[in-house]
Amino acid sequence: MTDKLKQQLTEAIANKDMATLIANIPYATFIGIEGLAIGEDFIFKLPKNDDNLGNPTLPAIHGGVLGGFMETSGALYVMMSSEMLTVPKVVDFSIDYLSPGHHIDSFARCTVVRRGRKIANLSVVAWQTSEDEPIATARAHFLLK
Amino acid sequence: MTEQESPFTKELMQTIFDAIRHCKVLGIKIHSIEGKQLTTRLAYSEQIIGNPVTGVIHGGALTTLLDTTCGISLPIAMEEFTICPTLDLRIDYMSAAKPHQDIFGRAEVYRITKSVVFAKGIAFQEDETKPIAHCVATFMRLPQAVTDSVDAKDYLGNNYDG
Repeated sequence: MTDKLKQQLTEAIANKDMATLIANIPYATFIGIEGLAIGEDFIFKLPKNDDNLGNPTLPAIHGGVLGGFMETSGALYVMMSSEMLTVPKVVDFSIDYLSPGHHIDSFARCTVVRRGRKIANLSVVAWQTSEDEPIATARAHFLLK
Repeated sequence: MTEQESPFTKELMQTIFDAIRHCKVLGIKIHSIEGKQLTTRLAYSEQIIGNPVTGVIHGGALTTLLDTTCGISLPIAMEEFTICPTLDLRIDYMSAAKPHQDIFGRAEVYRITKSVVFAKGIAFQEDETKPIAHCVATFMRLPQAVTDSVDAKDYLGNNYDG
């Protein structure tokens, strides 16, 4: 990592600037993730995008993209909350699909359930129309070093 | 069941795959079908990098690869085309993928019940004995009427809106 990038990412984390972190992860840009700062917390957004559809005739968001969105949200959340300059490695990721993702914007909120010295356990909930009606829940372990 | 006997040939499976927009965008292709085992291939590309320092493909793209490979292995094992939404999916990452190399997904169904289908799979690069990830997934079986229905959108809309 170049000193310039290191400086850029350090500043982004200090300023809670999620857009800069996202801009440095090609996959996050590819599926179109956005991070919305809500006070000290963040909500992640996956804007409606034809390229993220699984079955175009339903139409429904591809379950894999929803998984990728939630996994990336978790990784970004860990970077921001643990002040990590690199994308943390995922140890495992488990997702429960509760109802189909419609062809509209999706959102995700992350919670650090437990942060150990080496590993963090995260819970991620995704929804579309209302946070009270989740479309998927996930849990993941990330390596902190 | 060999590839020749099965109605689900590589060509037909590729057609089904190509209808899945995001898979086409990611560049996932059917690699081979052996018995109930389906192998797919995710082409390496810079746009799906997860870690720009190492150039390694993002886990999210692997999630799509494994979810779809498990899902598309269902018709081969069930010998019929049915719509089975994913109930849950778990991925264990064994080791980091090597950059600038394609990733293969391999999956097969290991149990079919009246309501649920269980599948498992791996992702690997040059050595299939050293997978980069393992996965297990369960799928919900819907009534055949859903698959047969021309207007599946209406049916799903009425019944699976949560």
